[in-house]
Amino acid sequence: MLCGPETNEEKMLEIKGLHVKLEEEDKPILKGVDLTVEAGKVHAIMGPNGSGKSTLSYVLSGREGYEVTQGSAELEGVDLLEMEPEERAAAGLFLAFQYPVEIPGVGNMTFLRTAVNAQRKARGEDEISAADFLKLIRQKAKDLQIDAEMLKRPVNVGFSGGEKKRNEILQMAMLEPKMCILDETDSGLDVDAMKLVSDGVNALRDAGRGFLVITHYQRLLDHIKPDVVHIMADGRIVKSGGPELALEVEHNGYGDILAEAS
Amino acid sequence: MALPKLKAEATEALLGARPLPKGGCLQAARESALARLREMGLPSRRDEYWKFTRPDTLISAEAPRAALFDAGEAPMFSDFDRLKIVFVDGVFDAEASDDLEMDGVRIDRLEDICCQDIHWAKDLYGVLEARGQSPVQRPLATFNTAYATDGVAIHVTGKPSKPISLIYIHANEQSDAVLHHVIRVEEGAEATILENGPAASRFNKCMEIDVADTGRLHLVRAQGRDHERRAATHMFARLGRESVLKSFTLTVNGVLTRNEAYIELTGDDAVCHIAGACAGDGEFHHDDTVFITHDAVNCESRQVFKKVLRNGAVGVFQGKILVKEGAQKTDGYQISQSLLLDGDSQFLAKPELEIYADDVACSHGSTSGAIDETALFYLRSRGVPEGEATDLLTLAFLAEAVDEIEDKALAEDIVSRLQAWLARRRS
Repeated sequence: MLCGPETNEEKMLEIKGLHVKLEEEDKPILKGVDLTVEAGKVHAIMGPNGSGKSTLSYVLSGREGYEVTQGSAELEGVDLLEMEPEERAAAGLFLAFQYPVEIPGVGNMTFLRTAVNAQRKARGEDEISAADFLKLIRQKAKDLQIDAEMLKRPVNVGFSGGEKKRNEILQMAMLEPKMCILDETDSGLDVDAMKLVSDGVNALRDAGRGFLVITHYQRLLDHIKPDVVHIMADGRIVKSGGPELALEVEHNGYGDILAEAS
Repeated sequence: MALPKLKAEATEALLGARPLPKGGCLQAARESALARLREMGLPSRRDEYWKFTRPDTLISAEAPRAALFDAGEAPMFSDFDRLKIVFVDGVFDAEASDDLEMDGVRIDRLEDICCQDIHWAKDLYGVLEARGQSPVQRPLATFNTAYATDGVAIHVTGKPSKPISLIYIHANEQSDAVLHHVIRVEEGAEATILENGPAASRFNKCMEIDVADTGRLHLVRAQGRDHERRAATHMFARLGRESVLKSFTLTVNGVLTRNEAYIELTGDDAVCHIAGACAGDGEFHHDDTVFITHDAVNCESRQVFKKVLRNGAVGVFQGKILVKEGAQKTDGYQISQSLLLDGDSQFLAKPELEIYADDVACSHGSTSGAIDETALFYLRSRGVPEGEATDLLTLAFLAEAVDEIEDKALAEDIVSRLQAWLARRRS
């Protein structure tokens, strides 16, 4: 079994036989990833360090430095790999970064308005008015307990670990993507912050939106309940199952699963 | 000490062909400047402070030509209510200028004060310039004192309700403008002076500024977008107790620009911020040479210079902080940074500190770098196209310099000009 248990659902993200290596080296990192996330579903990927989880998120979002040698990745049937990162974003893909980037000199608000309007423009929609934007962001920021001061500061500069992750979720809420990839969003969060971030994510769960949650720990999945859990090891999905798979990993580690897979 | 033969010849080649303008009461200052200039000679490439910038086109007998440029946008500061003083190729244009009367300030043309026996400007003209010749000689400023053909004396006695705007129009392809302004800000007085435009195909400008105790002066200038224009400018300033001088310069385009500043903090608790943002593409050489002397207690100085360079453009920064003996509690900050948008451009920086007091905080930094790829990807991953994302990061790089402008509306105008300049380069 390679993908989710359901069959006749609309496919949001479909990855087939994806092989990836670093551009500068010949060492393969992803060695044939197959994964389908259906619209409205939450899939989780767990796996030991170095299994290729973050690489998968970067390749999907279009970061430079990787070369796809085989396979495909489609968002709603459209080839992602041919697109520029900004085109992928406009098509509805969103990556919540494991390490959100600090951008001194660019105000958080300016950054978000630029991003929202760039995506609208790419989709042939009108720009959002300054007043509507302000109203929208204030509401969404409030839900995530992000204060006005944080919106004025330069993007992620001087933010605590928790603030940076909440800021990622705020971006996600403002951009309303179709497919969200969360790369170790739980890392560096205390219990309260994790609850806050998870609530933010859960608020965005609805029938149409797909999620791929990359994590090391089962703990996050207590808050964001996945429909499907995948185990990734050595550049492949080696096992998929329901939420109970995450619990199994939590109790027994990866040893048994990896032994079984090899 | 006699000048080297080559230097003496080059100096005479320029000076021999130029009669001194009729100076009236400034005659003595002009003659003394000429004598000083003969002694020091014009700059040559062998001079320590001209290593990175070739002075030859700034001292040639004939000014090099510069094609007139239609900027295709409203001139800088058009939207601001201001008192306009217009010079066309270095000559005052009374018709284009406003009436020079305004509460809180007295403005005279140099040529008018020459006829008066007693005028405050006589005690300033050429005086601060002469003080600024040590330890580094600035012969182009001395040349200016001797040969300036026009300029204004601005005496700020109160708080004028709007900025004084010096507008320098370039109308003739081959023109040589030499302007000299003197400014005195009295105790408790405050003014803003705006300057914009290329002025001529070659522009030599000198500004002497005396800020009395608790006076405040803001300078914001934009140097004009004519690609082939050349400019050598000097600012000499002396700051009294608790006085403030803030200066910002925007430079986009221009084949050669040398902006020198020589500032003396002579009264306790004085503040001087001097900043510049420049953007050059191709044939562009931009040099900021700054010397700040702390000669009083608890003064603050900031130098913030940012340069965006592409297609072989060259940026130069030579900045010095001198803290004299006894200038305790000095807070000196200096940063010069370049953003190199390709591998052909270069930035040459020489930061210097010389400190003779023991209770001071002085820092200086200089960096050259490219666009941060990680930040660029972050922006793109949120849907911002590469060109727009690069511009956003470029403006962010320049922000620290632009932030030195106190008036937010002026700062926004500057940012929008920079934004337009960047956007034109990717269309």
